[in-house]
Amino acid sequence: MTIRIERPLSPHLQIYRWTLTMALSIVHRATGVALYFGTLLLVWWLIAVSSGPGAYAAVQSFTASWIGRLIAFGYTWALMHHMLSGVRHLVWDLGYGFKPAEREWLTRAALIGGILLTVLLWIVAYAIGGGR
Amino acid sequence: MQPLSGPKSMRTPLGRVRNLGASHTGTKDFWRQRVTAVAMILLIVPMVVVMMILLGRNQAGAAQILGSPPIAIIMLLFVVASIWHMKIGMQVIIEDYVHDEKTKLASIMANNFFSVTLALAAAYAIFKLSSGV
Ligand code: HEM
Ligand code: HEM
Repeated sequence: MTIRIERPLSPHLQIYRWTLTMALSIVHRATGVALYFGTLLLVWWLIAVSSGPGAYAAVQSFTASWIGRLIAFGYTWALMHHMLSGVRHLVWDLGYGFKPAEREWLTRAALIGGILLTVLLWIVAYAIGGGR
Repeated sequence: MQPLSGPKSMRTPLGRVRNLGASHTGTKDFWRQRVTAVAMILLIVPMVVVMMILLGRNQAGAAQILGSPPIAIIMLLFVVASIWHMKIGMQVIIEDYVHDEKTKLASIMANNFFSVTLALAAAYAIFKLSSGV
């Protein structure tokens, strides 16, 4: 059991002025959690493909529904955003990009890049007939 | 190795926890989360290509494509990297928010069970598709 030591605490979140880097830090965590549960869909789909036409039809009727499409679109965005935001983390881990202008630029690039990549991928997906 | 704790230990409380962090496993998980993140960056383009090839196919078509060696290996690599990465990530989140020791241990255990089950289920499906049964 750990012993509680009385020591000064840092001020809580709402004390600070809200910034883009703070918001995206939370979005990185939220997209990580979304992808965690989204993996269920990937595994369900893999199992269905390996099981046969009936199981596969069940997955497809779900992904073709509006809620299924919304989840697939959300998943794509979560992945693209989390990846770019993750690259930003890796850059920081290596010790670069901490100057205000640099970190602001990296954060904006992750935000805008994630949206652009998602839209682009869905345009390509529909163009090649994935949407049906 | 000298005992980490208990009456025989010569170590100070600080020395005992130094470099171990909240997970008590040191920097191993931190490093593995980075390794798997880089792995997924490398795998994302092949994964997107595979997705695009698969979209709109029926079960027979998807099964045949997923069963071909390069595609099965890409899928397997992505599944292993992503599930390993998400398991570590979720453990970090649990350690941040769950402070009750019993609930924390139960959550971490549930996270392990969930992740291992998904990983083995995915691997099972990919191997099944590759052996054509
Ligand atoms: C990265 C770019 C990706 C794009 C643009 C994309 C796009 C789509 C679209 C449009 C669908 C609907 C397909 C349909 O109903 O015909 C879909 C389904 C699906 N996606 Fe993706 N996806 C991407 C990546 C991924 C990744 C990385 C995973 C897994 C980790 C994944 C897992 C799934 C699953 C399980 C389905 C349902 C299966 C199906 O109906 O074909 N996707 N995706
Ligand atoms: C595609 C490439 C990906 C990259 C480059 C990436 C990168 C990262 C990095 C660097 C972190 C650590 C962030 C930190 O130290 O605060 C992280 C956290 C995390 N990632 Fe990823 N990731 C990727 C994909 C995924 C996927 C596919 C999942 C889920 C299936 C996932 C789930 C998580 C979770 C749950 C966390 C913990 C979030 C937190 O502690 O706030 N990631 N990711």
